[in-house]
Amino acid sequence: MAKYLLLKHYRGAPAAVNDVPMDQWAPEEVTAHIQYMRAFADRLVETGEFVDEQALSPQGTFVRYDGEGRPPVTDGPFAETKDLIAGWMIIDVESYERAVELAGELSAAPGAGGKPIHEWLELRPLYGEQCTVTE
Amino acid sequence: MNEALLRELVPAVIGVLVRRGAGFAAAEDAVQDALVEAVRGWPDAPPRDPKGWLVTVAWRKFLDAARADSSRRRREELVEAEPSPGPGGAVDDTLQLYFLCAHTSLTPASAVALTLRAVGGLTTRQIAQAYLVPEATMAQRISRAKRTVSGVRFEQQGDVATVLRVLYLVFNEGYSGDVDLAAEAIRLTRQLARMTRHAETARHEEAETVRHEEVAGLLALMLLHHARRPARTGPDGRLVPLAEQDRGLWDTRMIAEGIGILQAALARDRLGEFQAQAAIAALHADARCAEETDWVQIVEWYDELVRLTASPVARLNRAVAVGEADGAQAGLAALTDLDPSLPRYAAVSAHLHERAGDLHSAARLYAEAAAKAPHLPERDHLTRQAARINALLRG
Repeated sequence: MAKYLLLKHYRGAPAAVNDVPMDQWAPEEVTAHIQYMRAFADRLVETGEFVDEQALSPQGTFVRYDGEGRPPVTDGPFAETKDLIAGWMIIDVESYERAVELAGELSAAPGAGGKPIHEWLELRPLYGEQCTVTE
Repeated sequence: MNEALLRELVPAVIGVLVRRGAGFAAAEDAVQDALVEAVRGWPDAPPRDPKGWLVTVAWRKFLDAARADSSRRRREELVEAEPSPGPGGAVDDTLQLYFLCAHTSLTPASAVALTLRAVGGLTTRQIAQAYLVPEATMAQRISRAKRTVSGVRFEQQGDVATVLRVLYLVFNEGYSGDVDLAAEAIRLTRQLARMTRHAETARHEEAETVRHEEVAGLLALMLLHHARRPARTGPDGRLVPLAEQDRGLWDTRMIAEGIGILQAALARDRLGEFQAQAAIAALHADARCAEETDWVQIVEWYDELVRLTASPVARLNRAVAVGEADGAQAGLAALTDLDPSLPRYAAVSAHLHERAGDLHSAARLYAEAAAKAPHLPERDHLTRQAARINALLRG
């Protein structure tokens, strides 16, 4: 089994096919979208492939050390051009092909007009544990 | 013997060990060890006197630990020591434990964790699950908290107001994992209410400082909110606002209990913030439908609450009530001297603008509120509100 991170972006990913902001959808389309996401996670729990998921607030700040005795420097809220992560799901699957298949399903979540969003999701393998037997 | 009954014995048993001379931290550890043994052994061989059994086993655990601690001389002194008679009883011990676990030297998160373990009798694993942190993290938080209060004398008079704040925090966490924290907070507040009433009738020295009206106020507030929980989320997990809740789902027995407790407290004429908040919750609970809500009285209670706390959050909520009682323009006027960076300011402003007929501002503000929402169900709810207004605007 291998773990993959599925990253969803508020900004920074290539534009989705059905790229309408959520507050411009019909209210029942918002509900349908949330139900789809929930059902997707539930199904992965059942197949034994779900690990974790978290959603992130769009509020955020960059922070860095600014030298001894000085308070850290902050920068933000993020400028409009910056990449902005909306959340992630971690899955534990048999193969890269399976991870791509699941990411494709998640990207098909319904959006405006009830049509799939075709949103670009970023798929990133997690470094695994070192095997005890490596020979 | 079920687990809940077992947990109720925990604070009193810790109290006995402390009175016999064990430090609080060591006593608490020993009682947790005894609990583990009880959970293992009692189903097959339940003791006749559960509390006596726990005291005996916990004391043995404590002595074992003290022995292992190589402080042999201290142990011998302790074995010799007679249990201190003290001013007495399990009630006082448990009350002292509440004070200790909510001590002002603790951060709110530490006080919450320590209260749930030492007073609530929950395991570290259960507390960690409820707060979605690893068990090792929670174990460290609890042991640091115990170190922090290790210098506090057990008999020292505590402040019931800090205890109430800790219980209020526990209640507001809601529930995740296998422990319902809201129900647990109600159990602990109920127990506190019993003890503070007892302290007053017994004319103990605490009577003057333990003002039980506010304990009753908090208990009533919790019951009145908990009674609405089944109606607060839809089957798909979505948040259902008060005005749209199916009031048939409210727990009327719990509401009646909350109102009864509140009325008895208010009759003593020592108002505090929890009684005022409970009064507002009671007025909502009293309305058979949203339209029947007595907003004028609710505004009056918010005035009391603002007078008592000067809390900007109370003033923000007051603006909503003013909007209902005197119209949206009055509500918007009540918002003007509040700081727009307050949590939920945008959501309140959106609601009032919608009621005032300014749909363009309402849509923009709902979207802004969604971006600032503190949790997902609220974000989804506010996004849906923005979508609803935008659909109206498209016609």
